[in-house]
Amino acid sequence: MGPARGIWSLAWRESRNARRRLLLYMSSISLGVAALVAIDSFSSNIIQSVKEQSRAMMGGDLTFNSSKPLTPKVDSLIDSLSRGGIEFARVTTFPSMAVAPRTAGTRFAQVRGVTGNYPLYGTIVTEPAGRWSELHKGANAIVDPSLLTTLNARVGDVLRLGFGTFTIIGTVKDAPGAAGIAEVFGPRIYIPARYVAETQLLVFGSTADRSVVAKLPPRVDPDKFIGPLRHRLQNEQVRVRTVTQTEMSTADAIENLTSFIGIVGLVALLLGGIGVASGVRAFVARKIDTVAVLRCLGASSGQVMAIYVTQAAAMGLLGAAAGAALGVGVQFLLPNLITGFVPVDIDVTLVPAAVLTGLAIGGWIALIFALRPLLALRNVSPLQTLRRDTDSNVLRMRWTDSPRLIVDLALVSSVVAIALMRARTPEQAFWMSAATGAAILALSLSAALLSWAARRGLRSGWPYVVRQGVANLYRPGNQTRAVTLALGFGAFLVSTLYLVQKNVLRQFSTAAAASVGNVVFFDVQQDQSAGVDSIIRGGGHGVIQTAPVVTMRIASINGRSVTDMRPVRRGEPGRARWALRREFRSTFRDKPAASEKVTAGKWFGPAALRPGPGIGEISLESGISEELNVKVGDTITWNVQGVEIPTRITSFRLVTWTRFEPNFFVVFAPPVLEAAPRQYLVLAQVRDPSAVVLLQRAVVNRFPNVSSLDLTSIKRAVDRIVGRASLAIRFMALFSFAVAIPVLFSAVSATRRARVREGVLLKTLGATRGQIARILLAEYSLLGVLGGLTGMLLSIAGGWGVVRYVFKVPFTPAIAPIMGIAAAIISLTLLIGLLAGRDVFRETPIAALRDS
Amino acid sequence: MLIAREVTKEYQSGDQTIVVLRDVSFTIPQGAFVAIVGPSGSGKTTLLGLLAGLDTPTRGTVVLDESDLGRLNENQRARLRGEKVGFVFQTFQLIPTLTALENVQVPLELRGTPGATERARDLIARVGLGARGHHFPTQLSGGEQQRVAIARAFANSPKILFADEPTGNLDAATGGRIFELLQSLNSDGGSTIILVTHDATLASRASRTIRLLDGAVVEDTERPAAVAV
Repeated sequence: MGPARGIWSLAWRESRNARRRLLLYMSSISLGVAALVAIDSFSSNIIQSVKEQSRAMMGGDLTFNSSKPLTPKVDSLIDSLSRGGIEFARVTTFPSMAVAPRTAGTRFAQVRGVTGNYPLYGTIVTEPAGRWSELHKGANAIVDPSLLTTLNARVGDVLRLGFGTFTIIGTVKDAPGAAGIAEVFGPRIYIPARYVAETQLLVFGSTADRSVVAKLPPRVDPDKFIGPLRHRLQNEQVRVRTVTQTEMSTADAIENLTSFIGIVGLVALLLGGIGVASGVRAFVARKIDTVAVLRCLGASSGQVMAIYVTQAAAMGLLGAAAGAALGVGVQFLLPNLITGFVPVDIDVTLVPAAVLTGLAIGGWIALIFALRPLLALRNVSPLQTLRRDTDSNVLRMRWTDSPRLIVDLALVSSVVAIALMRARTPEQAFWMSAATGAAILALSLSAALLSWAARRGLRSGWPYVVRQGVANLYRPGNQTRAVTLALGFGAFLVSTLYLVQKNVLRQFSTAAAASVGNVVFFDVQQDQSAGVDSIIRGGGHGVIQTAPVVTMRIASINGRSVTDMRPVRRGEPGRARWALRREFRSTFRDKPAASEKVTAGKWFGPAALRPGPGIGEISLESGISEELNVKVGDTITWNVQGVEIPTRITSFRLVTWTRFEPNFFVVFAPPVLEAAPRQYLVLAQVRDPSAVVLLQRAVVNRFPNVSSLDLTSIKRAVDRIVGRASLAIRFMALFSFAVAIPVLFSAVSATRRARVREGVLLKTLGATRGQIARILLAEYSLLGVLGGLTGMLLSIAGGWGVVRYVFKVPFTPAIAPIMGIAAAIISLTLLIGLLAGRDVFRETPIAALRDS
Repeated sequence: MLIAREVTKEYQSGDQTIVVLRDVSFTIPQGAFVAIVGPSGSGKTTLLGLLAGLDTPTRGTVVLDESDLGRLNENQRARLRGEKVGFVFQTFQLIPTLTALENVQVPLELRGTPGATERARDLIARVGLGARGHHFPTQLSGGEQQRVAIARAFANSPKILFADEPTGNLDAATGGRIFELLQSLNSDGGSTIILVTHDATLASRASRTIRLLDGAVVEDTERPAAVAV
């Protein structure tokens, strides 16, 4: 038997009584690991599912789309490609009011005119079965079941779309790429492409998307295939999208969704690390005698370290494994929670990479945090067998102790490295590490301040129990720092999550409440606007806003043509491609709307509002101005239906998009666009909910091409999603609270032994149960108040940072609720403190005397 | 052989220097049975710690079996203890999480000695606890615990055994039996035994007595006759 095996078996046997306790300390990291494993596994499942289903979601390997009818050049390109063996299917998507004459029901819907070979991948399952193949046999329609419900219609009924009449022959049971959220904007109606014209809805300027999906021969890479054609298509205002792009952008969206939760998991893991450190500190104090004996018996400090590091590593790994198992459990539950958020059917499978990563990160965090207190065991002198010093004196380490410095450095760099690994950008990782470091520093400082204040402030006139409790805060081996850190960090995390949730979600609810309009009519032609207006007013309803809409594209910025620019991807510095190439639906008005506020420059002055020569003025939404990388004073030349119109940016506006009112990226000074062909958007206010349908029906009967949207139903749908999101965040906050509990237990247990010994001694000397309870109460309530309040203040700073810089919305601290969180933390501390005190009451004085 | 040369130990307490041992010198030949006696605070335990290499003197040297302890670092001293030194303490100092047998095995396992379990079993039997090897320290009486500690001290066949008040926590009869056990191990195995005690009767049974008072040796008597006991 070599020494290594000897050490191993000694480590195993020696841990006999401590395994359960050590495992309890290590369980601090379990929840953090669980969060990481669950999130990683689940997002990997989603991304895998997206990969498998992306062709079906898109309907092909490639899509071309345009908001305008495809030009002859594009059509001839498609023709020549299809002669080359590539299959194409066409889908024209446009909004329409769907009317069921039998029941007089109306509903805003998304119509998809499809060619006979659509979809090229995947199948559309209908109810009754097999109706998809019947679609093209006449003027038929296959609709989402929700349409039938709202129209009170059934299969076999006639459906009117614009000027066209169709027969509903079935409902969609399962279609590729079905996303719950899309249905908010109207149920889908599939009709044969050749009947689209009959609706007469695709008139000038109306909202429509023409897309062509292509199926490439097997083993042809869509990106390589389209590469040489991309530029030609873009010049024809056709956007090209490949299946790999779809996969990537979906993956991006999923990562956005999960990275916030992942960061919370990571912070929970760090909090767990602090729990491990304080738990192991307690463990180490219990091992002083054993280590001293081992040293007497010839163990080197390396052997001593080997024994305890082995124990800690094994238990840390077990704690991480328990967390990983829990994480896998959560992973299998998640799909039920997020159905509707993700556009694919999620295939939940075990992801070994995620589990192993979780184990590795968790095990490492546990080990590195345990190592710091364990290092103190190196210094335990064999002399302790003859003369035992106090625990804190034995375990004291010098600041300059080099292994300690190395461990500290490893600890910090591990945290930074893991943050870099998890965060989406190095900047995010930096801020995350900096915030964690600042929080720990602030908490340590406030703990030091409390110790100092307790020492200075202690008055001999106070009752004995209070003096004793307060003195515990600064006496040698006190737990002030450990408990303040654990508590404060827990409070910080929980309150920050709460504040972020409150501030971000408030944007939606207050904004929705503030808007007065509830029905919006769009695609109103120039000659129809007066008619729509009179129908609304005639019904006794209000017209809140009538906004002209002019479609246009950017021709040049500051004299430089868009075609000569090198656009960048969204989020990168420079001019974003999507913003340069998009079709803008702009308006003109003389006053800012209620939902917008000028943030830079000045709104149009009297000169700009007067027709005359000179360059026109525009106001840009501040978000789009960042994407376009322009400033006030820059010039933009617009291509408005073939006419170039030069303009100068004179202001930026902050727009509350969530107010459900017609809002625009670009607002023109009226004289500039007054001559341009336009459509109108009309926002009406209908007080009686039951009158909404009547109004919609009245308008669609007279103007079949005008679509209208009941905003109340959209608000309700958004509220449902917001509700689900807030539930998710509340769950995360609760989860962090759950993490804080074992950490707090570990922190308290670090000095539990000293408190018990002391309490029993006091009891022996005649102290009553009540007195001992009050001593503990004095100490723990001060710790709780300090930790809770510091955490609260930190969370206001942290919440402000996240809300302001990550979510980019204004921040207001919700003082009362976070005071509530602080109160909960304080009660929890008291409870845990008194639970520790229970042992004092349980033990008899004689047992304590015999023990010492 | 154990040599102490002008060993002095001082502690700094604030700006005061407390001299615990001053210029202690003696030579103890291999196989001797020496008692170090003296009243509380005379420096007995400090001296024991210095002789065993648990601590280092402020001045002077300790040579243990030809190794100058002052020239060794902490880990080298630990190795030396593992190989040549055994300890018996007043408070037994058994590792509470290990059984009696496992406690005896510890020094062997630290060195990676083959056949640790057999040797430990043999030692446990020699101290008369053959049937109780699987008990934990808390399940044993004080006398039994001290016998386990002695078995552990002899696990490595040490050249020298230090015993700090080994009978201090035991009644007279049990203490007597422990002392006899030490004596027999001394005469059978040839280990040097250094015993620190208050107990004058116990001390009188050693072959040599070194008496300390206020940190200095005030008496050093040999009693060759006692060896025959």
